[in-house]
Amino acid sequence: MINVLHRFISKVFRDIFKRKKHLRLGLYGPPNGGKTTLANRITEDWIGEKMGSVSKTPHETTTINLKERVNVRSGKKEISFSLVDTPGIATKIDYEDFVRAGLSVKKSKRRAKDATRGIIEAIKWLGEMDVVVVVLDSTEDPYNQVNITIIGNLEARNIPVLVVANKTDVKKSDVKKVQSAFPQYDVVGISARYGNDIDRFYEALFALVG
Amino acid sequence: MLTIQFMPHASIAGMEPQERIRKILKIARSESIIVMEGRLKREEEAELIKATMENIDDGFKGIELSVTYPDGKRETFGQKLRNGLAGILLGARQGLTVIGPSTLVKEIKKDPDKIRLLTTEIKSRRKP
Repeated sequence: MINVLHRFISKVFRDIFKRKKHLRLGLYGPPNGGKTTLANRITEDWIGEKMGSVSKTPHETTTINLKERVNVRSGKKEISFSLVDTPGIATKIDYEDFVRAGLSVKKSKRRAKDATRGIIEAIKWLGEMDVVVVVLDSTEDPYNQVNITIIGNLEARNIPVLVVANKTDVKKSDVKKVQSAFPQYDVVGISARYGNDIDRFYEALFALVG
Repeated sequence: MLTIQFMPHASIAGMEPQERIRKILKIARSESIIVMEGRLKREEEAELIKATMENIDDGFKGIELSVTYPDGKRETFGQKLRNGLAGILLGARQGLTVIGPSTLVKEIKKDPDKIRLLTTEIKSRRKP
């Protein structure tokens, strides 16, 4: 029954998107899932430039980054996206975590402050999206309350969601675990870093909104 | 001293979302773990994260949040029907939400004896 309802809602959204030529695509998820790496992959694929800097230190992205008019093609279809890369959402920020990651105390305190502001901004922007890709690190446990909160919030706002299980190039990656955590959503396993299965990602995105 | 505060659904049901979130954060800031009957609405959970970020300072580093729902995937048809009816009748009272200050949860993870000490204390208090 729920699946039938889900398919019906998806169809209604697809019909709406057929009429809409330009979509705002948000990349959401916890820190270090690979949102900016995926944003860079998309912009490099379609406009030949990177979107933001990537780091192993969490909360590298502390502001909303927007790239207008990214025209993506899949098969014979083309859709123009405004791509929105958002700071990773977390329920806690401790500057000492940044110190442990190698930053100075001063820089860590600054990063912590910027990260809290970034999370507030990311949540404020949630309702502005036409479609959201939730980027998860497939080497980490997906049963995380932040992931559930983000996806539940998008569901409550009727925003279509595609789940990306990123970092499939890493040995520990477990895409099936992500799929079993979110069985009602399309889950695509990719490596944004190396571009593995990126075509499958575009196909799934177009299947959702195209 | 570790304190766990139980929050019955009735105590917050009549509150506005912002008021509910303020109350939760006030308790979390006082180094207590909240065990709340039921759960917040999806939008409220995001608002709680936002409000948590606005409250972060040198003494408060954020929260750990865990919400348990009835597990629909593993339920039989009868259980689904029963939980469906319970959902209609009880709404947000279903499930359990545990919220704790992140620094305290971190300490407990490092030293689980903190929880054991507390439960021993409760047991010994209950004995006549």
